[in-house]
Amino acid sequence: MAHRWTNDLTHDDVTPERAWLNRRQIIAAGGLAGLAATGLAPRATAAPEGLKPNTWEEITTYNNFYEFGTGKGDPAENAHMLTTSPWSITIDGLVDRPGDYSFEEVMEGMTVEERIYRFRCVEAWSMVIPWNGFELADLLDKVGVKAEARYVAFETALRPDEMPGVRFPVLDWPYVEGLRLDEARHPLTIMATGIYGRDIPNQNGAPIRLVVPWKYGFKSIKSIVRITLTEDEPPTSWNKANPREYGFYSNVNPEVDHPRWSQATERVIGSGLFARRQPTLMFNGYEEEVASLYEGMDLTENY
Amino acid sequence: MDLAGPINGALRRVPPWSLYIVAAVPVIWVFWAGATGRLGVEPVEAIEHRLGLWGLWLLIAGLCVTPIRRFTGVSLIRFRRAVGVTAFFYILAHMLVWLVLDVQILAQVWADILKRPYITVGMAGFLLMIPLALTSNNWSVRRLGPQAWQRLHRLTYGVALLGGLHFVMLRKGFQLEPLLYLAAILGLLALRLVPKRGRRAVPAE
Ligand code: HEM
Repeated sequence: MAHRWTNDLTHDDVTPERAWLNRRQIIAAGGLAGLAATGLAPRATAAPEGLKPNTWEEITTYNNFYEFGTGKGDPAENAHMLTTSPWSITIDGLVDRPGDYSFEEVMEGMTVEERIYRFRCVEAWSMVIPWNGFELADLLDKVGVKAEARYVAFETALRPDEMPGVRFPVLDWPYVEGLRLDEARHPLTIMATGIYGRDIPNQNGAPIRLVVPWKYGFKSIKSIVRITLTEDEPPTSWNKANPREYGFYSNVNPEVDHPRWSQATERVIGSGLFARRQPTLMFNGYEEEVASLYEGMDLTENY
Repeated sequence: MDLAGPINGALRRVPPWSLYIVAAVPVIWVFWAGATGRLGVEPVEAIEHRLGLWGLWLLIAGLCVTPIRRFTGVSLIRFRRAVGVTAFFYILAHMLVWLVLDVQILAQVWADILKRPYITVGMAGFLLMIPLALTSNNWSVRRLGPQAWQRLHRLTYGVALLGGLHFVMLRKGFQLEPLLYLAAILGLLALRLVPKRGRRAVPAE
């Protein structure tokens, strides 16, 4: 079932490894003069549609992972405390082979691919991230989904000793998310275990996280310890915290405003102090692939 | 031992205008740091947030002057105007960053002010600061008379409350930091209700 989707953003669109690995040294070496000396552009060449993929530094220092603090820099600072090995995921509910699967058992038989996806946060900022991961559908097939199952629920680890952010009830911990089964089985939906070919850093959701590129970032739940197949729509953390602002679907949609942020445009991380905002694309640019999932649904009602 | 006397004596030698010079430094620094990649990968948000937070600190500092004098005898009253005017310029810069660098689109600016409650509240706070900034000079104190001037400048209580509320509203989820600020503001306002000794219990100004 792997390889059901291919990137329109190609490897060339991603910052070459030497460019992102060297950025800090370049900055340390004296900014532009250093750049000229190494002969590297400060950023990757633009993708066909003019997209600029993000650097390792951008992807790993600007994160929302409230278990490690609410500041954007807190996860990069605190997430090293999280023990990611050993790791296991409890897979239960309406499945044929429920149980505690070690990380290694989960990975057995999975095909890890590179998927270069747009990533759009509900706070109206965005990045382009080269994930490494496998299709969630493959894992679901491995454990066997019962016919009655209609939804998939996910849960993030909750470890007060390793997560300074959970000492205060910013959200009702543990963080939980959910997808409709057809969304979960969609070829675009992956479980990511890497970025730029390296192990995924803790602040980005190590050792394994969900990535659903047509939905706002908070749906792509991190550091998953439980996957439960259910018949009823599972609760989701932000919806529980503020149902008027966050719905179950949370599809990227420039026409449906969030009460806090207009969703018509987005600020592209890394584009600098004076960059223009970019128009946000319907389903984050994946309309062709996913619009059929929501045919006949009122997307203003089902936000 | 009475420390207030020597402290007041030392403070008298500090000219209030020096505060404006000191206050300019962080603003220049924050824009320079943002432009040169020292504030992380999203400088617009970093500058916007820092200016908002520093503006709130200054508003709170302004509210501290009266209680400090009352409970310790140390008088910072000569510096209060500079603190207030600086708060105004910080919040002005905070709003301009939001308008020019963040939202950019004028139609959306209006929509945000009207539709997004935390922006509406912040904007109300800023609007209340305008008459205060305009009358922060000796000429206005004379024109209005000290009593009317003082009554007008009680608007600072409202400004601080609106600023604190704006902070509570804009953070997602249930967060401690903005609540502590709001509690501090409420506490400082409550101190003004502590009856003065030797007099009848009337609400203090
Ligand atoms: C009394 C006036 C104001 C005060 C004290 C104030 C204070 C603050 C503070 C403390 C923050 C949060 C900083 C942080 O998270 O570290 C903030 C954020 C913000 N303020 Fe203000 N502010 C005021 C007025 C305004 C006005 C007039 C506007 C715009 C019209 C505005 C727009 C914003 C925006 C857009 C944010 C960021 C929200 C986000 O990132 O989600 N504020 N402000």
